[in-house]
Amino acid sequence: MTETRYLAAQTLDEAIGAYAAAAGAARILAGGTDLLVQMRSGVLRPGLIIDVKKIEEMTAIVPKADGGYWVGAAVSGAVLAEHKGFAATWPGVLEATNLIGSKQVQGRASIGGNLCNASPAADSVPALVAAGAVASIQGPHGRRELAVEHLPAGPGRTHLKPGEVLVGFTFPAHPKGSGDAYLRMIPRTEMDIAVVGLGVNLTLAGGKVTAARVGLGAVAPTVLLVEDAAKALIGSSLDERALDAAAAACRAACKPINDKRGTIEYRTKVAGVLLKRTALIAAERAGRK
Amino acid sequence: MNVIANKWIGQRTIRPDGADKVTGRACYAADNTMPGMIWGKVLRSPHAHALIRSIDTSKAEKLPGVKAVVTAKDLVEFPVDKPVPLGIQDMRWMSRNIMAREKALFHGHPIAAVAAINEEVAAEACKLIEVDYEVLPHAIEIEDAIKPHAPILHDFVRFEGKPSNIAGTMVNKVGDVEAGFAEADIVIERTFTTRPVHQGYIEPQACTVSCTADGKVTIWSSSQGQFMVRAMTSFLTGITQSNIRAIPAEIGGGFGAKTIIYLEPLATVLAKKSGRPVKMVMTREEVMRATGPTSGSRSTVKIGAKKDGTLVAAQGTFYLQAGALPGSPLRGPVGCSFSPYYIPNILSTGYDVVSNRSKVAAYRAPGAPLGAFAAECVIDEICEKLGLDPLEFRLKNSSKEGQKAVYGATFGKITFEETVEAALKHPHYKAPLDKNPRPGVKRGRGVASGFWFNAGGESSAQVNITEDGNVAVTTGHPDVGGSRASIANVTAELLGIDHSRISVLIGDTASIGFSNLTGGSRVTFASAIVVTQSTEKVIGQLKERAARIWKIDPDAVTWENGEARPAGPNAGKFPPLSLEDLAAKANEMGGPIGAGTQLNTTGADPGFATHIVDVEVDVDLAIVRVLRYSAVQDVGRALHPSYVEGQIQGGVVQGIGWALSEEYLFDKQGKLENAGFLDYRMPVCSDVPMIEPVMLEIPNPKHPQGVRGVGEAPIVPVLAAITNAVHDALGKRFCDLPLSPPRVSAALDAAAE
Repeated sequence: MTETRYLAAQTLDEAIGAYAAAAGAARILAGGTDLLVQMRSGVLRPGLIIDVKKIEEMTAIVPKADGGYWVGAAVSGAVLAEHKGFAATWPGVLEATNLIGSKQVQGRASIGGNLCNASPAADSVPALVAAGAVASIQGPHGRRELAVEHLPAGPGRTHLKPGEVLVGFTFPAHPKGSGDAYLRMIPRTEMDIAVVGLGVNLTLAGGKVTAARVGLGAVAPTVLLVEDAAKALIGSSLDERALDAAAAACRAACKPINDKRGTIEYRTKVAGVLLKRTALIAAERAGRK
Repeated sequence: MNVIANKWIGQRTIRPDGADKVTGRACYAADNTMPGMIWGKVLRSPHAHALIRSIDTSKAEKLPGVKAVVTAKDLVEFPVDKPVPLGIQDMRWMSRNIMAREKALFHGHPIAAVAAINEEVAAEACKLIEVDYEVLPHAIEIEDAIKPHAPILHDFVRFEGKPSNIAGTMVNKVGDVEAGFAEADIVIERTFTTRPVHQGYIEPQACTVSCTADGKVTIWSSSQGQFMVRAMTSFLTGITQSNIRAIPAEIGGGFGAKTIIYLEPLATVLAKKSGRPVKMVMTREEVMRATGPTSGSRSTVKIGAKKDGTLVAAQGTFYLQAGALPGSPLRGPVGCSFSPYYIPNILSTGYDVVSNRSKVAAYRAPGAPLGAFAAECVIDEICEKLGLDPLEFRLKNSSKEGQKAVYGATFGKITFEETVEAALKHPHYKAPLDKNPRPGVKRGRGVASGFWFNAGGESSAQVNITEDGNVAVTTGHPDVGGSRASIANVTAELLGIDHSRISVLIGDTASIGFSNLTGGSRVTFASAIVVTQSTEKVIGQLKERAARIWKIDPDAVTWENGEARPAGPNAGKFPPLSLEDLAAKANEMGGPIGAGTQLNTTGADPGFATHIVDVEVDVDLAIVRVLRYSAVQDVGRALHPSYVEGQIQGGVVQGIGWALSEEYLFDKQGKLENAGFLDYRMPVCSDVPMIEPVMLEIPNPKHPQGVRGVGEAPIVPVLAAITNAVHDALGKRFCDLPLSPPRVSAALDAAAE
């Protein structure tokens, strides 16, 4: 019967030092909405829990001079929602984040934790991928940056190296005429897990799409950046043909499994349906008349 | 006696257990602790079907902190060839359900149990128990269990002379069904399936058991019947009932599933062996894997009618999953499916199919919803083909007083027609429905009806006047749905005193007479009868005391508005005597005032329900949502309307889950894949609209307040009503539940090709 120690790290260096020293026996605690559930169910019994919520950089939301944002990995969904500037700029990221669990869960759960838990069905991740968010990672050997879509390695696995901690996210500047959105399919209306989740971020100029990114979740071992769907949208006025082509690209990108949450056929079909619906919401937010 | 001028009956009084529940003070089974208490844990089978060659508990017993280990050999063994009935259960099967003997019959089947100083040590000890299994092929789904060369669960089960997984049959018959179909102008036959669904109570099973040095056992647990807990524990442990006291905790939902026990006998033997009080609490995963659920089913229903809509024949063949041991609720579909209707020729047959999943437990109107699903969907199709309004059709064919039901009873005054008439008149049925409200969205409306037997049975009550002139009422059944609130209303009404002066408690097995389970929609019906009789005896005593004080004849005393008054020639001669006055003089006038009644109650006439539902389908995503739901039911008399409405709304919500999203899913090894509330999808609040209960209060003439059982009938029509509404929306008839998005999507895609 091993004991679990708890450390509320005051600085990033303290957290990384303890994390690296524990050599795999430690777990990072942000909101704890995945970690504690896994511990209670007996899946995990870490020797050390490192709470990162006292580290300023990891809990800050900082608007940047170029119009971008820094969001600490431990910022909860509820706190993110209270930031008027971020909410106005990235409504899709916010709606994805605040579909996680219940109101109570959203008061604790962080987008950093949602990404590091590495579920292919994580709600915030397709929206982060669509947003072009970049993960900032610090470890015993220094700092590095990684596009969000490159961080998950498979269900429950990430490309974080031993001792590395996800510190936060840099969101790029959102040019005028941009909008993002996230939709997921769940059988219930809430308190459920995405059967398919899809984020779209696009920029319009003169009624035409000038830039687009599509993030697609729960249809493959990791959340996907669907570049072919973006290509189908770019240059179009989001007419039926472009939407059909983008939906087809999403369907083609799917590598789902049959499981308790959905069938291969159903997930593939839904990926296309959600692309069309999400793109139109993003376009509306981008100012499309 | 029907109470006409009501002051308290029908009022939405504050429930006696309300404050404790909303402030978190109510004591549920898992809240109990005792000095010296230790923890019990169950080792469960990792195989769906396996011979148990040997169990070696020696390493577990040696682990420091372990106080006792039990296996099946510590429990009473019942030979398989002789039934040991207790109510509708058979202890032969119950003993093998709580602890595997020769075979592990499902993934999660208890193999051994350990008691240790804490939960962690107990769990560790379970891992040290060495079980030598010979894994056998398994069968879970009905079609797999009844096909030729299926793995046989029990050598002793034979069907038509051969080893089989069909452990029993039930046949109900009237007339000549073949001759009936020959007369029909239209005959429709369809086969339907439903998945096993769990009762989904919030409170997992839990108990604490103490066994003293002189062999006296006390059990604290939550159940639907403390007397059932006592009797079943007695059977399974061999301890006499006089040495067992079962104390009921508050219960966090049962819905039928807590009419049997799992942990109490194990904790009793662990407590006896260790000499320490033992607490056991199931995890949600254990609840999902090893308790309940209800049966999955495969039903074929064939119904014939004349062109004018007159029903002439019906045949139902119902295969129900019993789980690992015999005992699926055949009576539900066999007896209920056709009972709302007068049909001269009926053949209704049920098959009890054992398979490698947990043993079925009762679930709200056991078996009736899956039977009604089949029958009411076929009726809807007949109405469509004949161009008849489905409610007018039901009115035309309704069962009536004096007719013999297929399950054997002759109906008295029944009120099915009244529910259909109320549904026809309800604004919901007349409201326009835009079937194509938006692109990609379809809407539809469906109706269905349902029948449930309802029950009376044994109940006991004691009504005592306290020394300060207030009232303590004790009944013998756990309060699952607001029965204490209803009983407080009845007692206040009869005594003519303020409701706040009455306290209603649930007695334990040593403090109140035998009372049957809280189940079968019987408790409010039966306990109101025994409480009424007890209160009337108390009023008789009060009048007698007043007569003695006044030195007049007891017949010359009336009881009005909570006081004794001289009547007849003595009227006005003496000042009235209140309950407080009489309580104060009780001892000089003969002693304490109080009375009890113990009775096998009768007169619980059946319940009928007719439902109307509107659904909306997101066609591309194949998601079905319920927009509006109206549930008409004859409730006899709503003693406390809030809890009658609660029963109706609760039954409908459970039916919505069954129809749309809930199902047990097993992997290839026979392990339940969705053993938790995330992936076992019960509806959440936002999934259901405000369900409108339409309560018809047609007093049951056989009950003092006119009560009719209400808890079960409201789940019966739901599956069919929703499926019929989905047909109205999409033009497609679905025969397999749940109507989950992948299933609906696949059906729509197949139809489009």
